[in-house]
Amino acid sequence: MTYIAKPKVTHPKLPRNELGLTVRDYEGAVSTLCAGCGHDSITAALIQAVFELGIQPHMLGKMSGIGCSSKTPAYFVSQSHGFNSVHGRMPSVTTGANAANRDLMYIGVSGDGDSLSIGMGQFAHVIRRNLNMCYLIENNGVYGLTKGQYSASADVGSKARKGPANRQMPIDPVSTAIGLGATYIARSFSGDKQQLVPLIKGALMHKGFALLDIISPCVTFNDHEGSTKSYAHTRQFYHHVIDTDFVPPAQEIVAAYQEGSAMPVELHDGSRIVFRKVDKDYDPTSRAAAFSFLRDSVNAGEIITGLLYIDAETGDMHDLSGSVDEPLAKIPYAELNPGKDALVSVMNRYR
Amino acid sequence: MSQVNDVVIKIATVNGTGSASANGLLMKSIFRMGIPVVGKNYFPSNIQGLPTWYEVRVTGEGHQARADRVDIMVAMNAQTYAKDMAEVAPGGWLIYDSTWPRSRLLSREDINVLGIPLSRLCNEHFSGARARILMKNIAYVGALAALLDIELEVITELLQETFAKKPKLVTSNLEAIRLGYDHAREHFSCPLPMSVKRLDKTRGHVMIDGNTAAGLGCVYAGATVGAWYPITPSTSLMDAYKSFCKQFRMDEEGQRKKFCIVQAEDELAAIGMVLGASWNGARAFTPTSGPGISLMGEFIGFAYYAEVPAVIFDVQRAGPSTGMPTRTQQGDLLSCAYASHGDTRHVLLFPANPEECFHTAIQAFDLADRLQTPVMVLSDLDIGMNDWMCPDFQWDDEYRPDRGKVLTAEQLEGMEKFYRYLDVDGDGIAYRTFPGEHPRGSFFTRGSGHNKYGAYTEDSAEYREVLDRLLIKWETARELVPAPVIEYSKFNKAAVLSVGSCDGAVREALGRLQNRNIGLNYCRVKAFPFPQSVREFIDKHERVYVVEQNRDAQLRSLLILDLEIDPAKLVPVLHYDGMSLNASFVVETLMEKHVKGEAA
Repeated sequence: MTYIAKPKVTHPKLPRNELGLTVRDYEGAVSTLCAGCGHDSITAALIQAVFELGIQPHMLGKMSGIGCSSKTPAYFVSQSHGFNSVHGRMPSVTTGANAANRDLMYIGVSGDGDSLSIGMGQFAHVIRRNLNMCYLIENNGVYGLTKGQYSASADVGSKARKGPANRQMPIDPVSTAIGLGATYIARSFSGDKQQLVPLIKGALMHKGFALLDIISPCVTFNDHEGSTKSYAHTRQFYHHVIDTDFVPPAQEIVAAYQEGSAMPVELHDGSRIVFRKVDKDYDPTSRAAAFSFLRDSVNAGEIITGLLYIDAETGDMHDLSGSVDEPLAKIPYAELNPGKDALVSVMNRYR
Repeated sequence: MSQVNDVVIKIATVNGTGSASANGLLMKSIFRMGIPVVGKNYFPSNIQGLPTWYEVRVTGEGHQARADRVDIMVAMNAQTYAKDMAEVAPGGWLIYDSTWPRSRLLSREDINVLGIPLSRLCNEHFSGARARILMKNIAYVGALAALLDIELEVITELLQETFAKKPKLVTSNLEAIRLGYDHAREHFSCPLPMSVKRLDKTRGHVMIDGNTAAGLGCVYAGATVGAWYPITPSTSLMDAYKSFCKQFRMDEEGQRKKFCIVQAEDELAAIGMVLGASWNGARAFTPTSGPGISLMGEFIGFAYYAEVPAVIFDVQRAGPSTGMPTRTQQGDLLSCAYASHGDTRHVLLFPANPEECFHTAIQAFDLADRLQTPVMVLSDLDIGMNDWMCPDFQWDDEYRPDRGKVLTAEQLEGMEKFYRYLDVDGDGIAYRTFPGEHPRGSFFTRGSGHNKYGAYTEDSAEYREVLDRLLIKWETARELVPAPVIEYSKFNKAAVLSVGSCDGAVREALGRLQNRNIGLNYCRVKAFPFPQSVREFIDKHERVYVVEQNRDAQLRSLLILDLEIDPAKLVPVLHYDGMSLNASFVVETLMEKHVKGEAA
């Protein structure tokens, strides 16, 4: 992580969002990741998405664990609140943060090591709670900071820079999330900002757990020939099945979609996600369909991308638990203190 | 010769047979007669079928510790009959279910054996297998009422309150009481030479367990987020918090909650949730026991270094490893004090009884917020799960939580720039902000090396600067934590120093020693780091006996580490068999060590 602040270059003609901020206001410190790292492209897409949504920087919580991916919260929206926690445990910290203040927006940035090995348990359980957060897995199939060990998402047959090919089955976060009941599940590629930005916007506005599994090649340890998480491999087998547009509330859907190929899904705040489907029979609201589609694509050797599943109905953790609307951290103590008389009546029950 | 209000009754049953409510009824009826009692539950880590014991110590003098003898054994469990019989003090009584014959090999000439055909009486009177088993327990309470002279009116009143909504149960329970009572009156000379007699010593007191008290304390402290993973013996703390919240923390319509309890996937997640919630401005806590502390280590170290408040209740049980989950110990002192890798040290609070659990819970939140660090409340199974007689908890509505150094939006508005880890006041405590409060309040929370501005660093000087400031904060903590309880008796150069649930047994022992003309001064520590007054106390003595419930003299080690006390001065008195401490152990061990020490 860097302590070098990025010089702020502004131009009077830079577009401003509804808060009057430019995209520059959403930048962070200078990245210290390797030149060409997929993660930096994702950071750029994140900046674009939160800028376009007009999110107040200080109302954003940037949560992470440990690893290259988990360093990135330092590289975007420096005016927001970052929490770089311990390895694989970002979901629990975010659960507590959200329990205390449901008014903030939470972006969790994780990696394949952080989520699928040490953090697999927390990853599974944060899905069960349908925590209202946007959860990114910057997936490169490799441990970068410790210099190139396979991660749990490495594909069978994928080759490391040195040594034999991987023979263990990979854990696929997308099919795992479908099985565990996540309510917004997408896959994308760090090299496809056009697809990524609306997916992140949708994930942020979705009320519930939104997973984005983003193939993000590691240029230093996993971008060689024979790797299935390289730029070249991903570009070759990359298959855009569903494109999505994010339409903010009170804005008309103006783009022309072919009949049968466009499907709007309304989110809790009135914004919509419009699916543009390459396969017009694909139903992104069916968990079973998403799962079998995904399985067929794996067999065909394709990396399918887009918003694969959405359920905008199921309530988030607070709905399930029945919390008040007001953030718990903001309730004045006077409302929390049962008072002296109440204690007297409690005491009377223990005689 | 008769002995009044000084009798120990132990009841041996099989767990899962519903004896708990009968034993509670027995204890409470004596309490309602104004006589102080101590109730201890010795139960297995099991759901049904294993031996379990309940001990009622009637102590007119108001001692707090567990008894060190058994006067009356109610031997309802054939599996443990021989052992139970052996435990009765000479001249005592053994009551057994004489429906079935006993083995002739089992007898003792020096005790009185009273057979009551409890099963037969209940089988004749009640129908249904479950009712017969349950009522058998109530029937022995009836027999004890006759033998000890417990007032039937009090028992009746208690049953009416307990089953206020189920009058049929009042009737059947009273019938069962009567079966035992009448049988005892008919067949034995009642009351026994050991009996109870109404006093007026329990007015303004309650019988309550420490976990309930601590859960209630969390509600009064204003905690809104509780995260936990079930573990014996801490589970009932969250149960209590939940039930008090349902009573006091619902919105006006009684529909929605002003609290959030998350049952986590494990203890690692539970503490992570606490940190997330505290970081975000809520008061959050987690109850756990030793194994949970082991799992939470990494996050506890994070919270120390990133300076995130957290309140952790460690209801200690007998370790190491799984150990004996339903037995008590003070074995987590060291693992809590220095939990996690690297240079860490944590504030610990030591309640000695349920009343202190209530107040300590509130203190823990205030200290965690003030010091921006984890605060661990070290209770134990004995305090947490047994009912103790305590004075009514007092509450002052003037209380306001001490949230520590938190900058408000207005303060931030007037500031040029906010840096998270600057020691502005010189007490080692920096100012913090709550996320979402103000755009200028943003900062980055990280467990990686950071400088005083909150930025990542690998610079030696910057890294050390923060680490050294944490030591200044540690010394501030020493000033803020609760002072020890210190009591001087006359002229002596030796003293006892102890902690937590040892208190009752130590006090009782000191009284007995006084009767033998051995006066020892007493200090009970209530917190770590140890305030200066602890050092001063030790300095005044030539020898200090450190009484604690673990094998490795952990409190003694902490005194040596934190105050650099000469180890030769601190004589360990250690009890670690999983049972709570009693006065005889303390007296005997102190006598032995003291005499040896005086001779040396």
